[in-house]
Amino acid sequence: MATELGPTPVKPASGAPAVHHGPKGVGEDNRILSQGKWASWLLAPTIIALGVVIVYPIISAIVMSFQKDAGLDPATGLFTAGGPAGIQNYVNWLGQQCAAPGGGTVACPPGTLGGQFWSATGTTFLFTVITVALETVLGFWMAMIMARSFKGRGLVRAAVLVPWAIPTAVTAQLWLFMFDFNGIINKVFSASILWTGSEWPAKWAVIIADTWKTTPFMALLILAGLQMIPAEVYEASKVDGASAWQRFRLITLPLVKPALMVAILFRTLDALRMFDLPYILTGGANNTTTLSILVINQIRQGFNSAAALSTITFLIIFLVAFIFVRFLGANVVEQSGATGKGKK
Amino acid sequence: MTTATASSSVGAGQGTASRASQSREQWASVRTYISAAVILIWCLAPAYWMVVTAFRQVGFTYDTTPWPTHVTLDNFLTAFDTSFGNRFGQALLNSIIIGVTVTVISLIIGVFAAYALARLNFRFKYLVLGFILGASMFPGVALITPLFQLFTNIGWMGTYQALIIPNISFVLPLTVYTLTSFFREMPWELEESARVDGCTQGQAFRKVIMPLAAPAIFTTAILAFISSWNEFLIASQLSNEATQPVTVAIASFAGAQPNQIPYTAIMAAGTIVTIPLVILVLVFQRKIVAGLTAGAVK
Repeated sequence: MATELGPTPVKPASGAPAVHHGPKGVGEDNRILSQGKWASWLLAPTIIALGVVIVYPIISAIVMSFQKDAGLDPATGLFTAGGPAGIQNYVNWLGQQCAAPGGGTVACPPGTLGGQFWSATGTTFLFTVITVALETVLGFWMAMIMARSFKGRGLVRAAVLVPWAIPTAVTAQLWLFMFDFNGIINKVFSASILWTGSEWPAKWAVIIADTWKTTPFMALLILAGLQMIPAEVYEASKVDGASAWQRFRLITLPLVKPALMVAILFRTLDALRMFDLPYILTGGANNTTTLSILVINQIRQGFNSAAALSTITFLIIFLVAFIFVRFLGANVVEQSGATGKGKK
Repeated sequence: MTTATASSSVGAGQGTASRASQSREQWASVRTYISAAVILIWCLAPAYWMVVTAFRQVGFTYDTTPWPTHVTLDNFLTAFDTSFGNRFGQALLNSIIIGVTVTVISLIIGVFAAYALARLNFRFKYLVLGFILGASMFPGVALITPLFQLFTNIGWMGTYQALIIPNISFVLPLTVYTLTSFFREMPWELEESARVDGCTQGQAFRKVIMPLAAPAIFTTAILAFISSWNEFLIASQLSNEATQPVTVAIASFAGAQPNQIPYTAIMAAGTIVTIPLVILVLVFQRKIVAGLTAGAVK
């Protein structure tokens, strides 16, 4: 699983080979060897716990996904046993095929879960791209404001934590109330939109609520990145006559890029698994069903088929993370792990 | 409330600005205050609306007066009323039980891992860090299907342990990497000197480092608790009426009329669920922000 984070910068120096007995010092090697022993004892509980609660379910889901769902055969009305299904569950989801009466498969009729795979994938990516883009732009802007020194800055920095601290379930109900036909949003904008009643208003309702809830997290991550930029760099560039736009493009952006990429990666992976907000706000109606909602709806109609869908979802997220790390330079481990006093 | 605070700080800003300063700088500072006011309104207005509605009489649910009118405490009583099938009080208790258990277990396990990751040199360190970070970004739905089946088979559906164990998979990685970043910043020279004075590494950890690490651990505990408190996906599938946490209770809040959503009561319930967190977060604001951003920039 760690491979999803790409080329992990395992520097030889940080884990000096314990068997090496060069002239440089046996003592140093023994020290690292004993530290390694210590480390494995200290890490064991975490690794075991994560193995039990994450690795075991994953493997179990993959095994399940290659099994048939036991159930009543729609054609014969007889109970069919499970048994190996090969890749049939995956083929069914990707091809939007459902079991046909009398064996074989047909295209899933509209409205069934099996026929929603590609629309759910599309919705998930649409939500992800729009919310992350909005959050990045708004978050960057908020971070730039919060990085300035002005009276009341502390108040602003505290205020941005409020949306973050409200549980998503409460956020969803709050926005459902505000998006009500008689609600405050229609009143303030003198609109009469049935927000959760048709496709695009429903999608925008989810996007707006999600952006409200998660922009603060983005802003705080970017702010932390901005604060790592030494003030002298800006002063020097001012002396050299750089305009505000030049300072932003040539200094702020490149220097804040590592933190920004990590923030975007975190948010993207989070948005791809979006569940609570659309589930409560729209119930997945009007084409707001995300992949996570589809998995949940499928569970009670067949574990094994749901396991195949959740594995597909996992692979999609894994792939996106891989692309981020490999091609867009979001080096999470380097960012969070490479610096610090513990490193030699 | 928000506009009043914002406009008063605009006034203060203009007052302190030196008259000699260039008009361009003054304009920039005015723009900063306008932007700050926009951020304040954007972040606080919806939360403010929740609280105002929570204190409004049911008959005035859709009243749009921007300040509290028709104030009542009835909604809070309705929120705890069990006659419509809601069990909000029980749900609050459940959330506390689950949140505290998950937080304590994650901290006990995670503190050792974080110490190793922050302080020791060993092979595969980056692999372990990568594994833990990867685990924290893991989609919950990938776990739910096998757990649903497993817990059904062993009769754990709706039990507390069925809610606590999966929650650990979300909270433990967060705990480990937040603590790791905090531990990197600590004055470890003191540990060295304790060891020079004859402590073993274990003693040095217990007697010197633990007291120093207490604030970091406390902050991490808050983050872990909030994360567990907000969990919805797992709980919505694996809990039952007796064990459901507040997020599930609020999401399925029923009113007297089946076709009418009891918004004022929901807003009251939301206020009860949120206010303690908001207070906690605001009091420990600096530490929380440091903990939140720790994994990403340091």
